[in-house]
Amino acid sequence: MLVLCVDRSGILATLADSMNYHFWGAEIQKAANGRHAAAIKRPGCAQHHYHLFLRRRILLKTQKAAFSVAVLLVALTAVSGCKKKTAPLPPAEQAPAASVPAPTAQLSATPTVISAGDQVQLSWKTTNASTVSIDGIGDVPTVGVKTVTPTETITYHLIARGDGGTADATASVTVNSPPAISVPSTGMNEQQDFDAHVQPIFFDYDNYDIRTDAQSVLAKNADYLNAHPNLKVVIGGYCDERGSDEYNLVLGQNRATAAKTALVTAGIAADRIRVISYGKEKPFCSESTEECWQLNRRDGFAIDK
Amino acid sequence: MKAIFRIFPLTLLCLAYFFAPRVSAQDWVHTGTNLGNERIRLAAADFKPVGADPETAPLKATFDSTLYNDLQNAGIFDMVSKSLAPQAMPGSPQEFVATQWSALPANSAMVAFGALSATNGRLVVYGWLTDARTAGSAPVLASQYNEAASQEMARTIAHRFADEIIYRLGGAINGIAETKIYFVSNRTGSKEIWVMDYDGQNQHAVTHLGSISISPRISPDNSRIAFASLGSEGWSIRMYSLDLGRLVGFTAGSAGGSNLSPAWTADGSKIAFSSARGGHPDIWVSDVSGSNAHPVTSFGSDVSPVWNPRTSNQLAFVSGRTGEPQIYIMDKDGANVQRMTDGGYAISPSWSPNGSLLAFAWNRKYGPGDPGGYDIYIMDIASKKWLQATHEAGINDFPSWSPDERHIVFQRQVGHRTQIWTMLSDGTNQQQLTFSGDNMMPNWSWK
Repeated sequence: MLVLCVDRSGILATLADSMNYHFWGAEIQKAANGRHAAAIKRPGCAQHHYHLFLRRRILLKTQKAAFSVAVLLVALTAVSGCKKKTAPLPPAEQAPAASVPAPTAQLSATPTVISAGDQVQLSWKTTNASTVSIDGIGDVPTVGVKTVTPTETITYHLIARGDGGTADATASVTVNSPPAISVPSTGMNEQQDFDAHVQPIFFDYDNYDIRTDAQSVLAKNADYLNAHPNLKVVIGGYCDERGSDEYNLVLGQNRATAAKTALVTAGIAADRIRVISYGKEKPFCSESTEECWQLNRRDGFAIDK
Repeated sequence: MKAIFRIFPLTLLCLAYFFAPRVSAQDWVHTGTNLGNERIRLAAADFKPVGADPETAPLKATFDSTLYNDLQNAGIFDMVSKSLAPQAMPGSPQEFVATQWSALPANSAMVAFGALSATNGRLVVYGWLTDARTAGSAPVLASQYNEAASQEMARTIAHRFADEIIYRLGGAINGIAETKIYFVSNRTGSKEIWVMDYDGQNQHAVTHLGSISISPRISPDNSRIAFASLGSEGWSIRMYSLDLGRLVGFTAGSAGGSNLSPAWTADGSKIAFSSARGGHPDIWVSDVSGSNAHPVTSFGSDVSPVWNPRTSNQLAFVSGRTGEPQIYIMDKDGANVQRMTDGGYAISPSWSPNGSLLAFAWNRKYGPGDPGGYDIYIMDIASKKWLQATHEAGINDFPSWSPDERHIVFQRQVGHRTQIWTMLSDGTNQQQLTFSGDNMMPNWSWK
């Protein structure tokens, strides 16, 4: 196994050493794979070797050998360095606006066929959007889920606006004939009304700080709870699939508690709010994608019956 | 030549630099209890069937394979494979011809052999262990077993004989052939507590709660399982009595709706667990009776405690107090908190039976964009030096030491399936124990 000492002038000394393979296995393997330059820089080695170089005591033969290794090293560095270079800039004559990517939007409803009174989960994700809205619901976060209870067949229409333009997406829900029991004149029962006004909030990776986009959602949730003083709420804390089962339950607990603290600060009595951590035990979606993980890193709100 | 002499000191200097201890550079280093010694070359002869009872043959087959596997699994023998062993089935020391076994290709130093008979519903086994390289030497071990004739007892007798051999040849450390592994399985549609023999046999459900039950920890006397279960009021620590076959009360385990990850002291008198009853998740300790519950940490992201099994005076646990979770140790009253891991994402500590090592799961380069490859690591607590036991295979978590400290059971997720594996504590001899459903959070019994 070859270990190289490198100084700033690029002159090398070589050390044949197979015994330290175990200690250095990882780095040497990487070096052998060419993913990193095949050298390990050590200031101590370099300094001493540099002095040696200045005294010009190295045999010509050694210099030649070292030089050839240096060339190999430079070549390897060049090869591995290429991958990390940033993409070439677009041609100058190209309009600057073209470099702003257009938004994308996806919207889905589950299930797509229901009986009147049943719930539907709307989930959406967008990219490169600054504002996102759904007709009939209003402004929504750029990524989110929402429980709706449509009373008649409907097509939800999502519009994502960004610097690069707009994108839209639709999802249709077919509502079959209403149940025999007449619905209240308001058209919504307590549960449906709650679901329509109290929305989940989402969290960053491995974090339970309330994000800016969640603050406005929490403010609306607090308004609703202030307007319905008889309602009690249970906040469920959820996490994405990564990391430990046990530690994610702690993280979910902290997420749910963070929302509870914010609601109490907004004037909701603490004894109206209960928190339960679900960790990664009850994921909302099960794909190993960032979109899915984001949907799972959330606090859900439900009426505490 | 002159130049060589001038370079020589420099060479030494560079060599010294590279040999200087650098904990973070360890990789693929192997060590473990009794694993560095030369292994004893051991043969396990097929046992001689005695009598004409038709029950004998299937019982003998089970006995022979269980004995061989137990000795193989022990991790301290260089086993003579059945294909290299002589065909002879010596049924007594008189029938044992040492040279048959010491000669190539078997080349055995020690041989286990004996006779087995099923008569009138009884299974009788005579077993011997003899030095094959010293002709005419008396058996090292002579054992006799007499149990009801059943497949289960054939396995049990093989386990007991194997453990006697392992105890005798393995430095007076008790074998693990009769130990159990408790774990979580979703095979019935919900996460329940299950149990299996140490080698993966006899898997069956213990609880049938229909909720989510996780983190099983068996009591040191094998009488109760503490675990965490989700109910309408959140998570509580629950207690299942294996003697009574039902849940028994643990009053300290339900306050606050977030009670997780129980852990027994070695004398079975106290339980440590994580609870958010004080507003945030801390480590709490209570008597096993449920009285005297009190917090020992107050930082707010603490979980997965485990006692030093040798002293019961210290706890290791996981805390997110500085960001990503790390492994800490502290005294049982919460004093002398010491961080053990220097970064990454470190979880699920298990304290070795002799008190000197921690096994845990670690993703040393955890962060956004990292694929999240966890491996099992083993750390010497006094020096904080560690070695990596699993490499480049799935997401590994929840290590648990065997009582002989030679083995570790752990969960490995590959794709979306999670299964339970065992290995020797140096990471070798990895074996998958579960194959159906998802199986996780294994906990090795204390004896």
